[in-house]
Amino acid sequence: MPDFTLFTGSGFWNPIFWFVSIIVALILIYIIYASGEKGYKRGTEQVKPFISGNPEPAKRGVQISAGNLYWGYMDSLRVYYRNLIPLHTGIITDYLLWMFCVTAILLILVVIP
Amino acid sequence: MFWNLPYFTVVILTFIAILTILTKKNLVKVLLGINILESAVNLLIISIGYREGGVAPIFTLAPSTNMVLPTPQALVLTSIVIGVATSALLLSFTMVIYRKYGSVDVEKMRELRE
Amino acid sequence: MITDFVIKNAPILVVAIPLIGAFLCPLVARISPMWRKTWVLGVVTVTSLIAILLASIVLTQGTVIYVFGASTSNLTVPIDSGGIPIRIIFTVDAMSAAMEVIMAMIGFSVILYSMSADQERSSLEQYYTLFLLLICSVMGMVTTGDLFNFFVFLEISSMASAGLVAYRVEKGRAIEAAIKYFIVSTIAAIFFLFAIAILYGQYNALNIAMLAQRLQFTLIDKIALILIVMALSTKCGAVPMHFWTPDAYSLAPSSVTAMLVVVSLASLYALFRFVFTMYGLTLSYVTIGWVLITLGVLSMVIGVTMAIPQKDVQRLIAYQGISQIGYMLLGMGVGLAVLGNPAQLSSFGIIAMEGGIFHIINHAIYEGLLFLTAGSIIYRIGTRDLDKMGGLGHSMKYTMIFFMIGVLAIAGVPPFNGFASKLLIYESVYLFNPVLAIIALVVSILTLASFVKVFHSIFMGPRLLEYAGVREAPLPMLIGMGILAVLIVVFGFFPQVVVNTIVAPAAQALVNQGGYLSVILGGR
Repeated sequence: MPDFTLFTGSGFWNPIFWFVSIIVALILIYIIYASGEKGYKRGTEQVKPFISGNPEPAKRGVQISAGNLYWGYMDSLRVYYRNLIPLHTGIITDYLLWMFCVTAILLILVVIP
Repeated sequence: MFWNLPYFTVVILTFIAILTILTKKNLVKVLLGINILESAVNLLIISIGYREGGVAPIFTLAPSTNMVLPTPQALVLTSIVIGVATSALLLSFTMVIYRKYGSVDVEKMRELRE
Repeated sequence: MITDFVIKNAPILVVAIPLIGAFLCPLVARISPMWRKTWVLGVVTVTSLIAILLASIVLTQGTVIYVFGASTSNLTVPIDSGGIPIRIIFTVDAMSAAMEVIMAMIGFSVILYSMSADQERSSLEQYYTLFLLLICSVMGMVTTGDLFNFFVFLEISSMASAGLVAYRVEKGRAIEAAIKYFIVSTIAAIFFLFAIAILYGQYNALNIAMLAQRLQFTLIDKIALILIVMALSTKCGAVPMHFWTPDAYSLAPSSVTAMLVVVSLASLYALFRFVFTMYGLTLSYVTIGWVLITLGVLSMVIGVTMAIPQKDVQRLIAYQGISQIGYMLLGMGVGLAVLGNPAQLSSFGIIAMEGGIFHIINHAIYEGLLFLTAGSIIYRIGTRDLDKMGGLGHSMKYTMIFFMIGVLAIAGVPPFNGFASKLLIYESVYLFNPVLAIIALVVSILTLASFVKVFHSIFMGPRLLEYAGVREAPLPMLIGMGILAVLIVVFGFFPQVVVNTIVAPAAQALVNQGGYLSVILGGR
């Protein structure tokens, strides 16, 4: 299969194996899906979640929204983010100041030697 | 020395422009700084094309063949036209900003950040 | 007869057809909206077809040149000009051809998408005028072989995209985004004009090939080089000049944002074109190479870490775009850093450059797809806030699948196209400096992590009451997204074919400075 193989100079990679494994995974998924309960009916009591007899909370209440994800990650990198986020001030002259400063640094780096 | 005068002017204009852009808080003044920067570049290009004692580069009935370069003039014409369009667009944006935010202070114009 | 004409004038037609189409659009729109739609779609289709034709000519017969105003289209140096190519010359080599094809494809699918996504907005004829002008300018940026002409196209692209960003006023916030974008890119363009003035003053030429032949790399050439690098890396949004990118990308209509990605990639192309072809070996390639690598690593790390806490979906994808730009800068920077060392260049430098170019192509596709899918979600539910979304996978299945394909591609998960190009970059950069390769891998993981958050908060979870009436995106939008999704899968499954036909010739074209010069200056 020469067309599929990607040569990277120090190795190679062939997507065909991934393709085969994806197909196998899909077949497995179908087998599990097909062996499910046949007596399931939409729109009846069966669809309702069973929470030990407690009333079902509102859908909005059980949805985990984006702000709640990666709390631990954000918390452990607190110091980094505390310094990084305020740099994005949203003031146009600050944007330009960054641009001029980097230009000056590069000029010093390249012109001086 | 005297012929270098335009280049000194370019340097001075550039510094004035950069200082204006970086230090002024009024958006219109920042835009003026941009315009000064544009003029500095235009002056640089046009003075590059100048030859001492040169005449306009029109061959018909030319008094001498010592002519200034025609290309920089064409470039500057194009760049002036672009500059006008740029300023017009920027100023019209500023107008809408003033209408919506009630101010042209660059530090108040930061609804988008982080 | 007509085919001869098209083949002979293909380089200019690719720029001229969208340009003419843009300014005729308001006139045609006077007839009826149906005519306007047909006209815009027709213009983009014809442009794309010619771009593909041009690329096939370039890849089979070598570099195509087009000289304006000459009696024959390949008379680069007039007999009485003293050996200087005084006319404006369009030069289409393998690299330009690759960029043109990809831009044409993105342009086509984005316009198709925009046909239904934007149909309820007002003053659509001006909108499409600017849109076609944007396509014209990016095509011009990648074909032109003349410095000043490039500057003109750069300014056209800034103006058109600023107009498009400001298209929805949105309580002034879109105008704010547009003015920030436009001020930054105007100053970048002025930097570029400074560089042109310096180079013209030194060498009396504006043609890239002529300048390349004459360049000495004196003190002021170094200044010009830095100005060019700064101008173009600002336009492509490398950290720390990236601040305008999330602002502009998050407030523009999604179809425009997908096109803004193409503009930033055109600037990236130009950066590589000037650094490799115009300066080439004369510049201090190790320093500039490390400058590009540093910008790239900063972009990758800061882009991805800023993406994770974002709440606005378009803003998050924009930060991801910055981080992907870093990969291209990294790959090309490694190629530049070893440019003067033939052994290292052939063992990994050229592979790193192939990876960078391949990633440019892939990035245009998957980033476009992500913005389009995000746009179709926004179109249906009317909010960009990730906290307010949820459970949309029940009602927007195809959009979900397309979004998933885009996410897997941007995160470099096999077997999609992002993985193929990232693999090329990882393995070649590892030979250059293992630390850089490890950073690139970690950034890739963080990319996937941030998109897990996006995917979960948009599509997963129970069907929410407020989005009960949400339907699948309209068919033209799905077709537009589908084209890009199919391209991702195809490029992912046949990476070596793409590398052999488009990417490797493009990398060779960049490295082989002498070849570029001889086409323009040699022999005649």
